[in-house]
Amino acid sequence: MPKQIHLAAHFPGVNNTTVWSDPNAGSQIDIASFVHLARTAERGRFDFFFLAEGLRLRERKGLIHDLDVVGRPESLTVLAALAGATERLGLAATVNSTFNEPYELARRLATLDHLSDGRAAWNVVTSWDAFTGENFRRGGYLDEADRYARARETLQTARELWDSWTDDAIVADRESGEFVRPGQGEFRHRGEQFDISGLFSTPRGPQGHPVIIQAGDSEEGREFAASDADVIFSRHSRLEEARTFYKDVKSRLAKYGRAEDDLKILPAVTFVLGATEEEAAERAAAIRTAQVSPQTALAFLESVWGRDLSDHDPDGPLPAADPDPDEKLAKGWARFNTDRAALARQWRKVAEEKNLTTRELVIEVTSRQTFVGTPAAVAAQLDEFVQTGGSDGFILAPHLTPGGLDDFVDEVVPLLQERGVFRTEYTGPTLRDHLGLAAPRFPRKDA
Amino acid sequence: MTTVHRDHVHLAVALDGAGWHPAAWREASARPAELFSARYWSDLVAEAERGLLDLVTFEDLLGQQSSRLEGPDGRTDQVRGRLDAVLLAARLATVTSHIGLVPATSVTHTEPFHVGAGIASLDHATNGRAGWRPQITAWPHLAAHFGRRTLPDLDVHHLQAPGTRETVAELFAEAADAVEVVRRLWDSWEDGAEIRDAATGRFIDRDKLHYIDFQGAHFSVRGPSITPRSPQGQPLVTALAHDRVPYEFAARSADVVYTTPHSRADAAAIIAEVEEAAVTVGRTGEPLRVFADLLVFVGADAAARKERLDELDGAPLASDALIVAGTAAELADLIEDWRGAGVDGFRLRPGGLPHDLAGITGDLVPELQRRGIFRTAYAEATLRERFGLARPASRYAAAS
Repeated sequence: MPKQIHLAAHFPGVNNTTVWSDPNAGSQIDIASFVHLARTAERGRFDFFFLAEGLRLRERKGLIHDLDVVGRPESLTVLAALAGATERLGLAATVNSTFNEPYELARRLATLDHLSDGRAAWNVVTSWDAFTGENFRRGGYLDEADRYARARETLQTARELWDSWTDDAIVADRESGEFVRPGQGEFRHRGEQFDISGLFSTPRGPQGHPVIIQAGDSEEGREFAASDADVIFSRHSRLEEARTFYKDVKSRLAKYGRAEDDLKILPAVTFVLGATEEEAAERAAAIRTAQVSPQTALAFLESVWGRDLSDHDPDGPLPAADPDPDEKLAKGWARFNTDRAALARQWRKVAEEKNLTTRELVIEVTSRQTFVGTPAAVAAQLDEFVQTGGSDGFILAPHLTPGGLDDFVDEVVPLLQERGVFRTEYTGPTLRDHLGLAAPRFPRKDA
Repeated sequence: MTTVHRDHVHLAVALDGAGWHPAAWREASARPAELFSARYWSDLVAEAERGLLDLVTFEDLLGQQSSRLEGPDGRTDQVRGRLDAVLLAARLATVTSHIGLVPATSVTHTEPFHVGAGIASLDHATNGRAGWRPQITAWPHLAAHFGRRTLPDLDVHHLQAPGTRETVAELFAEAADAVEVVRRLWDSWEDGAEIRDAATGRFIDRDKLHYIDFQGAHFSVRGPSITPRSPQGQPLVTALAHDRVPYEFAARSADVVYTTPHSRADAAAIIAEVEEAAVTVGRTGEPLRVFADLLVFVGADAAARKERLDELDGAPLASDALIVAGTAAELADLIEDWRGAGVDGFRLRPGGLPHDLAGITGDLVPELQRRGIFRTAYAEATLRERFGLARPASRYAAAS
C-alpha cells in the first residue's frame, strides 16, 4: 500500500498571500467564513484545520501595516466554536509559549480536546520579542536564546498537568457516592522557568495530550520537534530541500526512542488549479499580481532596504542605493529577521538576470505558489512529493477566504482517493487517529 | 433600543457542573459522567434557549472546587474539575441562536490582552451574544498554580480584618484596571476600520486603529487588539458582588451586577448601596442593572429533594445566595415581590441539573408569562439590546 497523505487546511492568514481585493474574498473575521472553510476541509476528509496566531499587529516605519489583511480572532476561542460546527476535523491552535502560563494553557487545550471529543492540536510557537511583549504583563522579558528553554519547559509542564488526572478519574457512582478518584490533579513542577504546585482543574482529555505541532526550523527547533512534537509545520515546500529536511529531522528521532512514523512532516504549500495547464498558469500569474500590489512591492522593498522608498517607482528598476543595515522598518515579520544586506544582493542579482522591475522582482522572490496545474497534474505532484520522501502530507494555504479550498476538495481530493493515497472516510474519532499517532503513554504513578 | 419591556423581568441561569448542590450529581436525573462533554452542555443551553432566558453564565476557577474556601478539601464525593468557561461558551456559539453566553474568567492571573481577544472572539462567534464576568482570584494556594506572584493569606471569616480588607481592595483595583484595558482593546478598532481600498492598496484605514497605551500599577498594555471590533462593540460586562468594594468595582466596570439579597428589604438596601457606590465612583450613562442571585429547587417536591441531597452530602446546603425550594408559583411570587424593590433581573442557580433548569423553563417561565412579566419570544439581535443598551461608538472615534 502506498504511503498515505495527510492534509491540513490553513485559514488564510494576515500576510500578502491572502488576496483581499478579489471580488470573491469574504470576511476574515465573520464566524461564517471559518465555518465554511472548516466544513469544506471536513467534506474533503482533511486531518485538521489550522489557525495561526498574532499577538501584535505588524508595523512598518512605526505605523500599523495596512496593506495586508489585518485582524483575527483568538485561535482557541474560534476553534471551540468550530468544534460545534464540525464532527471529525482536527482543530489546531497556534498558541505562544512565552506570553502564556502552563496552567492556563494546559486547561484551555484540555478543554478544547474535551469539547471536540478528541480533536485538539497545539502549535507551539516561541515569539519572544519586546515588541510583542508590550501587550503583556511580563513585557518582552525573554532573551532570544531562552525562548526554546521556555517552550520546552512549558510543554513539559503542560504534559505533567494533563497527566495529573488519570483516564479513569471520573467514577460518578451514585450508590457509593464516589464522584472522582482520590488525588486527581495533584502536581508539583520545579524547574528553571516554573516553580508551581497545587491541583490542576481539568480532567485529562480524550486524546490524553492534544497533538503537538512545531514549526521551528533552526537547529534547536528541529531538536525540539524531534524530541517533543507529533507534527512539523515545515516551510520546505520545494521537493529537493524538502527531502533534505525530511531526512534530517526523521534521522533525529531514534535518539529520543521514537519511530519515524511518530512525527509527521507537513510543509505549508499553496496551489492553483485550472482546466488546462495554460489556464492554471494564467490564474497563478493573476494571483501573484494581486498578492503584490504596487504598494506591497514597495513595502517589501523598504523592509529589506531599511529605507523610506515611498517615492520609488514600483514599475522601474531596483533603487541604486544599497540597504541601510542598521535601520529596521518592519516589526512583526519573521522573514526580515535575517541578513538583509545579503538578501538585497540576491534580489539585485535576480532582477538583473531576468531584467525585472521592482514589482516583478518582488513577485518573483516572494511568490509562494507550490503546485500549479490541472487537478490531475496537482494530484500527481502531491503524490510524488510524498512517495519520494518530501513529506508526510501538506498544510494547504488557500489564497482566498473562505472559498479558497472549494476547488481543491471538489477536484483534487477525489483524484488522491482514486490513487489510493488519501482516506475516503475517517476511520477514528480523534485527530491522533487521523494522523496514525499512538496515544501518549500514561506515566506510571509509581514510576 | 426601545424594544425592552420595562415591565419584563430579566432571567438568567447560572450553569455549573451538575448543579449548585454539591450532591446534585447523585440525583437520578443527573448526568454526572457527561459533565465534560459537549453534548451535556449543548443540551442544557438548548433547554435554556427554549425557555427564552436572557443569558446563561458559566462558572470558572483557576483551580478545583472545594467545600473550604481557603484551600483543597480532599473530598471525592463531590464534583471536581471544570472546563475553561470562555471555550465552553464558544463551543455553544454555533449551536444556539438567541441566548446570551456569559463566561467567568479570572483577571488576577490572566493576561488582559488574551481575555479581551477571547471575549471579542466569542462576540464574533455568536454574532453579538457575548458577555463576560471578570472575577478576582484571591487565594494564595491558587496563586501557586501560576508561581508569578504570592498573595497573602486571607481571613475568610472576617473579610473586614486588617490585611484581608486591603488585599481584597487591591485585587479589585487591579480587576478594574483589567476591565479598563479590555474595554479599551474592544474600542481600539473603530467601526469601519476595514476599507479594502484597491486604489490605494490599503486593507484598513490605520487612522481608525488605536494604541490604548494603558499604564497601571500592575501592568501596561500597548494595543491595539488583534481582533476587530465585535458585533456589540462592548460585550456585556457583569460582576458578582457582595460588599461595598465589589459594588464599587461593578459600578465602575460593569453593565450588570449580580447580588445576593436574602429578603425584599435586603434587596432594597443592596440596591441603595449599589446606587451609592455608583455615585462614589462617578458612574455616568446607563445605570447598573441589578440582578438578585437565588439558588433554586423548583417543583412540588423541591424541599424534599433538597433535604435528601443534604443528607447525601452530610451537611445542609450553604450558599452566599438565598436558597429557595418551592413551586414555580411560589418562586414567581418572590420574583414579583422583589421586583417591587427595584430588582431588574434574577440569576437562578439550579440546585440540580438538568432537573431544576427544566423546572425553570417548563414551569417558572410559563408562570411568569401568564403574569405578563416575561417575554414570549426573543426579539433582540444582541445581548446588549436585550438590556436596552445601545451599541456604543468607539471611545477613540471622536478623536480621529
